[in-house]
Amino acid sequence: MPTFVNPQKCDGCKALEVPACMYICPNNLMKLDTDIGQAFNQEPDACWECFACVKMCPQSAIDLRGYADVMPMGATATPLRGTDSIIWGLKFRDGTLKRFRFPIRSTPWGSIQPHQHASEPGVEDLKDHGMAAEEHYLGVDVLPTPA
Amino acid sequence: MPEFRTEEVECDVLIIGGGMAGCGAAYEAAHWAKVKGMRVVLVEKAAIERSGAVAMGLSAINMYLGMKWGENTPEDFVRYVRNETMGLSREDLTFDIARHVDASVHMFEEWGLPFFKTPEGRYVREGRWQIMIHGESYKPIVAEAAKAAIGEANLYQRVFVSHLLTDADDPNKIAGAIGFSVRDNVIYVFKAKAVICSAGGAVNVWRPHAVGEGLGRAWYTVFNTGSVYSLMIQAGAQMTQMEHRLVQTRFKDGYGPVGMYFLMFRTKATNAYGDEYEQTRRHELEGWEPYAGSAPMPTPLRNHLMLRDIQEGKGPIYMRTAEALQKMMEGADATRQREVESDAWEDFLDMTISQALLWASNNIDPAKTDSELVLTEPYLMGSHAGTSGAWVSGPEDVSPSDYFWGYNRMTTVQGLFAAGDGVGCAAHKFSSGSYTEGRLAAKAAVNYVYDNPGPANPDGGRVEEIKAALYAPLGHYDQHKDATTRSEINPNYLLPKQALLRLQKIMDEYGGGWGSAYMVNRPTLERGLEQLAMLREDLEKLGARDLHDLLRCWELADRVWCAETHLNHLLYRQETRWPGYYYRGDFPNLDDENWKVFVNSSYDRETGDWNFTKAPYIPVI
Repeated sequence: MPTFVNPQKCDGCKALEVPACMYICPNNLMKLDTDIGQAFNQEPDACWECFACVKMCPQSAIDLRGYADVMPMGATATPLRGTDSIIWGLKFRDGTLKRFRFPIRSTPWGSIQPHQHASEPGVEDLKDHGMAAEEHYLGVDVLPTPA
Repeated sequence: MPEFRTEEVECDVLIIGGGMAGCGAAYEAAHWAKVKGMRVVLVEKAAIERSGAVAMGLSAINMYLGMKWGENTPEDFVRYVRNETMGLSREDLTFDIARHVDASVHMFEEWGLPFFKTPEGRYVREGRWQIMIHGESYKPIVAEAAKAAIGEANLYQRVFVSHLLTDADDPNKIAGAIGFSVRDNVIYVFKAKAVICSAGGAVNVWRPHAVGEGLGRAWYTVFNTGSVYSLMIQAGAQMTQMEHRLVQTRFKDGYGPVGMYFLMFRTKATNAYGDEYEQTRRHELEGWEPYAGSAPMPTPLRNHLMLRDIQEGKGPIYMRTAEALQKMMEGADATRQREVESDAWEDFLDMTISQALLWASNNIDPAKTDSELVLTEPYLMGSHAGTSGAWVSGPEDVSPSDYFWGYNRMTTVQGLFAAGDGVGCAAHKFSSGSYTEGRLAAKAAVNYVYDNPGPANPDGGRVEEIKAALYAPLGHYDQHKDATTRSEINPNYLLPKQALLRLQKIMDEYGGGWGSAYMVNRPTLERGLEQLAMLREDLEKLGARDLHDLLRCWELADRVWCAETHLNHLLYRQETRWPGYYYRGDFPNLDDENWKVFVNSSYDRETGDWNFTKAPYIPVI
C-alpha cells in the first residue's frame, strides 16, 4: 500500500540534510514539500510497500493505507524497529490484533571490521582463485575444483 | 530549464549499483585494491542500506551449500541448476559461485545477521539449498560492510547511471560511465579503468496484474528497471539467454513468498476442486523429458501445469495452508504452536510486508483459510532463478576454453565486468550467490587494472552527446508546457508514466505477458517490435517536469532496451524450452537436437543492427 504522512506528526526532519524518508526510499518517492516543511509520497503507485521510510521516520509520522485496487480497508501493519529487534503490530480488518518480535542484528551497529581476518594482499594472491580471508570463512581447507 | 554542472570522478574500479552484487564487489575490491593503492568507487541511484532486491529484507538465504558440514558439494549444486534451467546453464559459472558462497554466508553471520540454528549449531534448512534467517536487516548489515570497506568518500548515492563510456580509440574497451544526480542539477562523468555492472534486472516491462496503486507491488523489486542490461547492450557487450524470463507462482496480489509453505510446511497447491495439478497432469510433461522426470520438477514445468488447470476453467488455484498448518499444530504444545505461527508471519514481514497486510485486510488466518496463488508478470533477471545477462568469461581453473578469455566475469568488452542480475546462464545464485559473484568480479577487475594500468580515456564527443540527451526531456517539457492547461495532456510530449503504460500493454499483448497466457509466435513478436520501434521514437518526445520525472524517463529507456532485446531473442530461439515461462505457438515443443545451445546477441550502436549467434553448451560436471 502506498505510504502517507501524518501532518500532525511530520516535522520535515529539520535538523537533517534531507528528511529520513527522503534519504532512505529506494524508489525516490518521498519528497519534502518545502512550502509546508513536510514530506509526502510523490508517486503512490510506484510504492513497493517496503516500509523503509516507516521504520526510519523519527516521528513515527508515516503509515500505509493498503493499495486501493487490491486491499479491503481497515488493516494496519506497524513496525517498531530497535537496534537488535523489530516489533510488528498487525491489526486485522475485523479488529484481531497480533504482535511479533523478531531479532534483526546480533552485533552492535557500526561494529563491522570488513577485512579483520585478511592479511595484506600480495600480487601472487591477486593472481590465484582465493577470495579475501577465505581461509578463515570458507569452512573447508581446499577450494574445490570440478571432480 | 536549470543549468547543469558537470562533476568528473576518476577511479580505477567503478561499481554501478549497490545491491547485493555491488556490495560484494565493494567489499572484495577494497581488499585487493591495496595491492597497488587503487581507488574503488560505488555509484547507486538510491541509498545502499535499502537498495536493490534485498531492500526490504529476506527471510531465507536460498543458496548455501554447507560444505563444512559435508551437506552438499558444488557438483551437487551444478546438477540441480542444470535440471532446473532445462539443461542450459553455464556450469563453470555456477560451480564457481557454489565453491565460494559458503564463505560469504559465514561472513554475514559474523557481521551480525541472525540465523535460525539447530541445537547442534547448524543453520536450519528450509530446503536442500535454503537456510532460514531473521533477515529484516540483511541489506543494512551488508551495506555497512561495503561502506566501511571503500570509505564514505567513495560512495556516490542518488546518482543514476544512464550510459557506459568506451575508450576514445577502442570502442570495445571500457572507460567509465555517465549519469546524473536525482536530487541536484549535476551530471557525473566517471572515468574508470574497469567497470563492474551490478545494477538490477527488469521489472514492470510487462503489464502487471494490478490496475491502480498496486502497480508498485511487483514480486521482484519495482525499482529494478533493467539498467544492468541496457547499459551493457548499448556498450556492445554480448548478451545471452535474454529470451529467458522468470514467472513466479506466488500468493495472489501480495506476491508473498511460498518457499516456507511449500518446503517447511509441506503445503499442497491444488485447483479449486482440490486436484493436485502436479500429480494429475504429470503425464502431460512427456515432451519435456529428461528434465521433467528429475526431482525437483523444474519451476517452469510446475507453472505450466498450473496454467493448464486455469485454462481449463479449474481455477482459482489455492495453497492449502489450513490443512498443512493444522497438521503442523497437531500434538504440538502451546509454545511450539506459537513458534510455527511466528515463523510463518515472519516469512512475510521480513520480505513482503504487503502480504501480511493483505491477509490482515482480508481477515485471513492461514490455519483456517486457504489463499489463492497466481502466476506473476514476467521479469528479466540473472539472479534468483533467472538466467538473462551478459556472456562472461569464467574462471581459468574451471572453464572450458570457449568460456574463458582472461578475467573471471569479464564481458566481451575489455574491462567491463558483470555480476548478479548482469551475468547470464548462472541462475539460482539468489542473494548470497549474487554477493559472491560481485566478489569474484571485483577481484578479477582489480587484477585487470593491475595488468592494464593505463589511464581511462573516454570518447569526449560521446560524453557531450550523452550530456545533451540526458536533460533533453526537461527542455522539451519547458518548451511545450504552455500548450495545455493540464500538464498530463499535451500534444508535444508524453510523461514517462504514460509511455511506461504503453510499453507494458505492448509487451503484455505481443510479448507474452500474463494477459496473453505467456504465448508468442513470429507474427505477434514482429507486431510487438513494430510497436516498440514507434515507442522508441516517442522516447525522444518525453517530457520531464522535474528531476524525478527525468529519472523515470531514463528508467523507461532501460526497460525499452530490455523489451526490444527480449523480443528479438524470443524470435531467434525456435522452440519452447521453458513452458510456464513462455510459449512459442509456432514452435511448441522442446528441441534439444537444434536448440540445446545458448542464444547470444550483440547490438551495433553505429548501424543499429543486431547480431545473433548460437554458443555451445559444454558440460563441466
